Amino acid sequence: MHDQTLTQLAAALASGELSSRELTAHYLKRIERFDGTLNSYITVTADQALERAEAADKARAAGKAGLLTGIPLALKDIFCTQGVKTTCGSKMLDNFIAPYDATVVERLSAAGTVSLGKTNMDEFAMGSSNENSHYGAVKNPWDLSAVPGGSSGGSAAAVAADLAPAALGTDTGGSIRQPAAFCGITGLKPTYGRVSRFGIIAYASSLDQAGPMARSAEDCAHLMNVISGHDGRDSTSVTRGVPDYTETLGAPLSGLKIGLPKEYFGDGLTTEVEQAVREAIKVYESLGATVREVSLPHTHYAIPAYYVIAPAEASSNLSRYDGVRFGHRCDDPSDLFDLYTRSRAEGFGDEVKRRILIGTHTLSEGFFDAYYKKAQQVRRLIRQDFLDAFEEVDVLMGPASPTPAFDLGAKKDPVSMYLQDIYTIAVNLAGIPGISIPAGLAANRPVGLQILGTHFAEAKLLNVAHQFQQATDWHLQRPAFALENA
Amino acid sequence: MQWETVIGLEVHVQLATRSKIFSGAPTAFGAEPNTQACAVDLGLPGVLPVVNEQAVAMAVQFGLAVHAEIAEVSIFDRKNYFYPDLPKGYQTSQMYHPIVGPGEVEVTLDDDTTRRIRIHHAHLEEDAGKSLHEDIHGMTGIDLNRAGTPLLEIVSEPDMRNAKEAVAYLKALHSIVTYLGISDGNMAEGSMRCDVNVSVRPKGQEAFGTRAEIKNVNSFRFVERAIAFEVERQIELIEDGGKVVQETRLYDPDRDETRSMRTKEEANDYRYFPCPDLLPVVLDQAYLDHLRGQLPELPADKRERFQSALGLSAYDASVLSASREMAEFFEETFDVCGDAKQAANWVQGELSGALNRENLGVAQSPITARQLGELIARVIDGTINGKAAKQVFQALWNGQGESADEVIESKGLKQVTDTGAIEAMIDQVIQESPVQVAQYRDAEPDKRGKMIGYFVGQVMKASRGTANPQQVNGLLKEKLDALV
Repeated sequence: MHDQTLTQLAAALASGELSSRELTAHYLKRIERFDGTLNSYITVTADQALERAEAADKARAAGKAGLLTGIPLALKDIFCTQGVKTTCGSKMLDNFIAPYDATVVERLSAAGTVSLGKTNMDEFAMGSSNENSHYGAVKNPWDLSAVPGGSSGGSAAAVAADLAPAALGTDTGGSIRQPAAFCGITGLKPTYGRVSRFGIIAYASSLDQAGPMARSAEDCAHLMNVISGHDGRDSTSVTRGVPDYTETLGAPLSGLKIGLPKEYFGDGLTTEVEQAVREAIKVYESLGATVREVSLPHTHYAIPAYYVIAPAEASSNLSRYDGVRFGHRCDDPSDLFDLYTRSRAEGFGDEVKRRILIGTHTLSEGFFDAYYKKAQQVRRLIRQDFLDAFEEVDVLMGPASPTPAFDLGAKKDPVSMYLQDIYTIAVNLAGIPGISIPAGLAANRPVGLQILGTHFAEAKLLNVAHQFQQATDWHLQRPAFALENA
Repeated sequence: MQWETVIGLEVHVQLATRSKIFSGAPTAFGAEPNTQACAVDLGLPGVLPVVNEQAVAMAVQFGLAVHAEIAEVSIFDRKNYFYPDLPKGYQTSQMYHPIVGPGEVEVTLDDDTTRRIRIHHAHLEEDAGKSLHEDIHGMTGIDLNRAGTPLLEIVSEPDMRNAKEAVAYLKALHSIVTYLGISDGNMAEGSMRCDVNVSVRPKGQEAFGTRAEIKNVNSFRFVERAIAFEVERQIELIEDGGKVVQETRLYDPDRDETRSMRTKEEANDYRYFPCPDLLPVVLDQAYLDHLRGQLPELPADKRERFQSALGLSAYDASVLSASREMAEFFEETFDVCGDAKQAANWVQGELSGALNRENLGVAQSPITARQLGELIARVIDGTINGKAAKQVFQALWNGQGESADEVIESKGLKQVTDTGAIEAMIDQVIQESPVQVAQYRDAEPDKRGKMIGYFVGQVMKASRGTANPQQVNGLLKEKLDALV
């Protein structure tokens, strides 16, 4: 049953062919058997999941089931869950249990879904390989010597290896789309403000956004229907109404205008990835779309601007981890300064420290204008690039990542890791939505096609992705790991 | 050398919102530690701030009251520093785009002259918690009840030239915020806290001297004393060949001195940047007009009206408009008795004296404005004389009766104006005072006027204070002069 999409599982639950308890127990068993190898979960909440599954079955028997009632899911360990540890991949929060649920967790619970547990991630969502986790690296189910991508690497690997039918991730600079691409699944980063950030541990507040990671665009549409919408507890969430994202999935693509940003097909893009992406675009042409080249002239400023803005916000967001009220506290502090410095030195990993230092520096007196202000100006230009492009075309397409999944331990230099996000990061700076879908294989590692739309164009992106998935079966391909252990 | 003092004030006013500036936790003072702090106030991971609209409205009301420009767009910034009672590691404040722009306050000095003090800006921010160093032996406790309480920081221009002006300005702000009802203004509970910037310069010099900032001076008296000490310290320092260094100082009321906390070199780099969790506060004209329409009459307007429409002296008008409670008490007293001057005299005399003796605010007065007004009315209509009125006041103060009329009735204080009855009492007194009558008769005519007082006292005593003093005076004079 684990080879089915969330949409198929929902139908099986609705028909009574399957109970949530059976389904949940099945996934828990797979996690128990295989996750020792993958390390995609930090916390598995088996007892709680079974209880919730039984409650879901009862609700269904009582005629009170919704579409997703009884569907098991995994949550990136960045979403606060009441009563269940939320570590954010950090030693700093190894003991942290939130007294509240994130809004998206609340909404998923209200929809009757069952949380299997909390998935592994780069510490505080800072990373592109999941190697920055205090809880150890995650392996890519397609090739155990490869990384799953990051920072939502655990969520991507769990879905790819059929250890969950779907998962939630967060994306600050590509953290949903890049691991989705590396693991051969579908991942959507919604428009900034579309999904509430309340209860999501902040990395860079003006960029963070939660979204679904699943088998198919259709699965993502179902999840988007649940998690989207205004939340009074997040001032940056928008009041704009939420469409039914599944309703427009049938729309034909004839006349769709696709733009290919020339900057996304330049230096650093590997041939195999480019080939797979160009093949995918041919599929779109066969579906009636037209393709033209466009330019996003400020693309090369995206990574520098991001690595000013995101660390600046992070340096401030992470100040609360001071050992005073919660989280890691060093043993026997001699005074306040010692408490601060040692608790933080012990609690944070290297990449987190690096970004706190960068952010603290760029916000400092005398540097603020040169770095932070300038980066914000660049950010506006990048956003304008996209808005200009969407005057001409409906969607933009390109690779989600310049390479397929790289080997564990391959990227020792932080800057080479940062360059991984070259095609994803500008999207967060502009606040627009983006989706990555499986579009081929390169040396048996998946290639992701990234599709971008203007603000609040999620319905369009999901349909454009869905049409591809109706015409191809890349999204149905199984990784070696999952097949061997079926 | 002649020195001139330059003073600027940064005043933090706790806004009287029901809940905190960015969370729904209550703001009441004095609760058990950490019982009024929610996840947002504790800075737990993942939680987000939401601006309290009431705090925004209050800041705007203040801005309108000081004729300030209200920013169409104001932005919250983060002020980053580590301190145990600052849960998030930053204070959310408004650094670059404050909600209230330049404005001004007119202050009245003791000699009834007025000065305009310019306000540089006022911004919204959240209060920090409190570190409790005494309560737990060998450790520091953190109470986050106060964390997230809305503050309006009002920053003046360096327009004050002596301590009296600074205090007058602070009192003017106090009366504005209490009039508006946006703060209880309770300085003892920290609802209004003051940082004082002080510098000195040779008289006639235009450039400012180097300033010291004195933190957290929390009463009118301490402001005056801290400035006095600091001015003297700076002048002495310079005259002894030293230099004032820019630094933060603390006023110690027990030792009546200021001492250095940290110098400019040790100051934090707060790394201000716009808070990405909060949207800019955008205010439109309709909203401002709506709030403007709700503004109460403000102290300066009241003071002006008390003088022009009610004919009070500048001094009376200023004292009676100083606080909203005082003004409201006076105005109700006046409404009831119909005589502004009498009402002013009673409120400032008998009432204020009694309140001061028992250390009460006008809001806690045991005698109501209505009761006082009715009492004054009875003086005006001649039902009682001034002496009896004081007795009635005392009785009402002590709760012996519901109204002036009731007390007058029960104590028999109604004034005797019947000429026959007064004459009878006078005849009796004259008859019983042969020695004094003889002295009166033998005295030089111009000394007699003083001597009549004795007889008046005796007659008043005989009437138990109820005789009309003017009548007694007139009749006595006639009768005694007839004996000469």
